[in-house]
Amino acid sequence: MMSWKTVRNLRRISQVLFFLFFFWLILKTNFKVDFSKTVSEIGLPYPVSIFLEFDPLTALGTLLSAGTIYKGLLWSLVIIIPTLFMGRFFCGWICPLGSLNHWLSEIPSLNIFRRGKGRIKANKYKKYQRIKYYVLIFFLGAALMGTLQIGLLDPLPLLARSIGTVVLPTLHAFILGIVGAVKNLGWPPLGDAAQSIYDATAPFFLNFRQVHFNTIFSMGLFFLIILVLNRVFTRFWCRGICPLGALLGLFSRYAIFGLVKDEATCTKCGLCNLHCQGADNPHVGDKWRQSECHLCFNCIAACPENSLKFKFFPVQEHSTANPEPTQKAGIPRRMVLTSLVGGVAFYPLIRSGTDFSADANPRLIRPPGSVDEQRFLERCIRCGQCIRVCPNNALHPTLMEAGIEGIWTPIMIPRVGYCEPTCTLCTQVCPTGAILELTTMQKVGDDNNPPVRVGTAFFDRGRCLPWAMGETCIVCEEWCPTSPKAIYTKEEQTVDRQGNPVTIRRPYVDPALCTGCGACEYACPVIDKPAIYVTGIGESRDPENQILLERQLKEKEQAS
Amino acid sequence: MKRRDFIKNSVKATALAAATGGIGYLFHNRETTAFQNLVSAGEKSFTVAGDPQLPQVTLAVNPDHIRALQAALDAIGGIRRFIQPDEKVVIKPNIGWDRTPEQAADTNPLLVGEMVRLCLEAGASQVIVTDVTCHQAARTFVRSGIGEAAEKSGARVILPRDEDFIQTDLGGKLLTAWPVLRHFIECDKLINMPIVKHHSLSTCTIGMKNMYGIIGGRRNQLHQQIDQSIVDLTAFCKPTLTVIDATRVLLRNGPTGGSLDDVKILNTVICSTDPVAGDSRGVEFLAHKGVQVGHLRLAEKSGLGLIDYHQAGYKEIS
Repeated sequence: MMSWKTVRNLRRISQVLFFLFFFWLILKTNFKVDFSKTVSEIGLPYPVSIFLEFDPLTALGTLLSAGTIYKGLLWSLVIIIPTLFMGRFFCGWICPLGSLNHWLSEIPSLNIFRRGKGRIKANKYKKYQRIKYYVLIFFLGAALMGTLQIGLLDPLPLLARSIGTVVLPTLHAFILGIVGAVKNLGWPPLGDAAQSIYDATAPFFLNFRQVHFNTIFSMGLFFLIILVLNRVFTRFWCRGICPLGALLGLFSRYAIFGLVKDEATCTKCGLCNLHCQGADNPHVGDKWRQSECHLCFNCIAACPENSLKFKFFPVQEHSTANPEPTQKAGIPRRMVLTSLVGGVAFYPLIRSGTDFSADANPRLIRPPGSVDEQRFLERCIRCGQCIRVCPNNALHPTLMEAGIEGIWTPIMIPRVGYCEPTCTLCTQVCPTGAILELTTMQKVGDDNNPPVRVGTAFFDRGRCLPWAMGETCIVCEEWCPTSPKAIYTKEEQTVDRQGNPVTIRRPYVDPALCTGCGACEYACPVIDKPAIYVTGIGESRDPENQILLERQLKEKEQAS
Repeated sequence: MKRRDFIKNSVKATALAAATGGIGYLFHNRETTAFQNLVSAGEKSFTVAGDPQLPQVTLAVNPDHIRALQAALDAIGGIRRFIQPDEKVVIKPNIGWDRTPEQAADTNPLLVGEMVRLCLEAGASQVIVTDVTCHQAARTFVRSGIGEAAEKSGARVILPRDEDFIQTDLGGKLLTAWPVLRHFIECDKLINMPIVKHHSLSTCTIGMKNMYGIIGGRRNQLHQQIDQSIVDLTAFCKPTLTVIDATRVLLRNGPTGGSLDDVKILNTVICSTDPVAGDSRGVEFLAHKGVQVGHLRLAEKSGLGLIDYHQAGYKEIS
C-alpha cells in the first residue's frame, strides 16, 4: 500500500491537471484560424464543453426543469456513481473551482484565525455549512417548476463563464494596455520588443482581437468575491454555498468508504484539522461528517501518529470521547421544506411579473438555434460557452435584459457584433440544448427550408441619413447578407433646405426576407443609436412572436 | 532635530523640489488647441514606368483561370516588368465577406495563389496577402479559400489587427486623417486584385472601390460621398498593377451575394496599369458602360486615368 503522503501528492497532481484541462478547454472554445485547409463549415476540433457535461448538478437540474438529460450530460453518471460509494471525491480531486479555492485558502496568512490554533478551531464543522443544502434545494425547487437558476452558482458553469467572459478579456485589455504604455515611453526598440513578445505569445491564450462584454463588471465582482472569501474562511464557497458540493454530499449518504479514527493513539495535536479542507471534523472528539469531506486526505497525511485511516467498510470503536461518524447532512427537515417551498414560490413570483412574456424586452435576441424562451430558461446554465465562442463578439451576458430570471444568459447585441450568417459555432458548444445544433445549410436555409431567424430589422426614419437628412448612405443594404437582400432601396424625390429637388435612394426592409442577423445595425454609420435596429419579433424559435401571417403560412407549407 | 538630520533633510527636500519642478517643466504643455499627430504619408505610388509599346489594359479568357491570368499578365509586360528581386510585395485581394469562392463575393483564391507564386518567382523577398475585411476577418480569410491558397504558394497571410493601423494623412478632398493598415504603405510594390461585383450605390465594386480595404476606421460613413472617397483613395494609393478577377462575376445582390443564382461564370482575367481604364472594362460585365459609373467619371476628371480603355491601350487574348 502506498503511503498517504503519496496519495496526497496524487491528489495535488490531479487538481492541477484537471484545472489545466478545464482552462485549456475554455481556451479552445474559440475557432482556430488555420489557413492550411479551406473549409466551408467552420467547426471546433475538440468537444470543448465536455467538462460541463460531467456536471451532475447540470444533469439533475435540467432533468427536473426540462425533463431530459441532453446529449453528453449522461457523462455525469461517471461522477455520480463513484460518489455514491466513495463520497465527494469530485470536490477534492477534480473540481477546478474547488482547486482554485483550495490554493487561495492555503496561501499563508498572518491573521491569527488563519494560522495555528486559530485555524484548527476555525476548521471545525460550522452550522453555516448547511446553507449550501438550502441553496441546492431552493434551486431544485425552482427547476422543478421550470426555471433553471442553478447555473448561477453551479461551480463548473460559474468558472467557465468567469474565465471565458471575464478573466480572459480583462487579461487581454491589461496586456494590450501594458504594450501600449511601453510603446508610449518613446523609445522605439523597446516598443517593438513589447510588440514582438505580444505577437509571439498572444495567439496561445488571447483572442484574435480584444472582445468587449456587456455587464462584465457584475460577473467579475461576483467571481472576485468568491475568490477573496477564501482569505477569510477556508474554502467558504465549497463549505458553505456550493450547490454541487451539497448535491454530492447528499449522494454520499450511503457511501461505504470513510474515515476511521483511533482514539488510543491520538495525541490531540490538531494537525488533521489544521489542513482540513471540508471542515468535516477529522479530529478525535467530534463526529466525522461524511457529507462535508472532500476526500483530500490531508488529515491522514498530516497525522504524525497514524491515528486516522480511510477505509472501505469503515468500522470504528466509538465512545463519547470519539463519537461515531455521521453520514447525514444534518439539515433540519423543516428547513428542507422551507427551501423547497421558497424555490417553488420563486417561479410564480417571477412569472407573474411582466418580464417573461407579458412585456418581454424587444431587444432580447437569443442566439440562432435557441429554443423558445420558456424552454430556454429551462436549460440555460449560463456557462457562457456560446458567448465565448462567438467570433463576432455578438453574444453577451445579460444583466436585466432578460429579466431577473435570465441573468447572465446570452443575448445578441448587434451594435457590438452581428450574427455571421454562415457561422454555427454557438450551436456547437451548448451543453444543455438551450441552443440546438445547426449546420450552415440549415441556418442559411434553401428553396425548401426557411432560414433560422433571430429577429427582424426596423428603420428609425428619424435618424436614418437618406430618410431624415436627405444624405446618401444605404450601408445597411450593402451589408445585408441574404440573397435577394432583405433591405432594398427606392429612388425617391425630396427637397433640400433651399427647396431644390433632390433624388435620393431610400432603404426599406422586407420582413419576409430579414433574418435579424443585425449586420445592418452593426454597419449603420449612426453609431451611437443606429437608424436601423433589430428586435426579436419574427424569431424562428417562437411561433407566437411573429408579424407576417403570409410568411408563417409559407413556412408551414415548406415544412409539410 | 539634530544638525545632521537638518542637513540631510534639507538636501533631500531640495532634491525633491528640483525633481518636482523638473517634471512640471518637462511635461508642461502650452498647446491649448486640439492637435493631431499625423503620419503624413504623402501620395503612395507603387507604379512602374509606363511603356508606350505595351497596352494599359489586357484581357484574357480561359476556363483554366491560371492560364487566363498568365496570358493577361504576359500581354501587359509579364511579372518581371512589375516585380524586381528582393522587393517586398503586398497583394490586396477582395476578402471582404464570409463567403465561399463559388459565391463570387471574394477574389478567386486560385488567382491569388498564382499571383503569389509569380511574385516569388520574380524574386520578391516577401509576399504579404492581407485585407481589411467587412465580415470577421479570420472567418473570411478561411472560408474564401484565400488564406489557404496564398499560404500554400508561400505568402505571409496577415489578419488585420487594431494595433496595425496608422493614422495617416491621405491628402484627399474628403479623406484626410484616416487609419491605414500599415502593410499597405510599408511595401515596395502593391498588387490590387479585385473581383467584379455589383454594388447598388457605386454601381460596381472593382479595383478602385477595392482600395476601401486598405483603410480601417469608420468606413461606413464613406457612403455619403462614395464617389469622392473612392477617388481620394485612388489618388492616395496607386497600385503597381491591378489584376481584375472576372472568372466569376457577381451580377446582383452585391457586394455580399450569397446565392449562386447571382453569379455568372466568365473565365476572364483583366490586367491593368490604369486603375480607371481597367475598371471601365470590368464594369461592362455588369451591363454598364464606364461613363455611367460616378466614381470613374470623377476619377477621369481628376486625371487618374481614362474611361476609354481603347485610348489607354487595350489588348484582348482569347
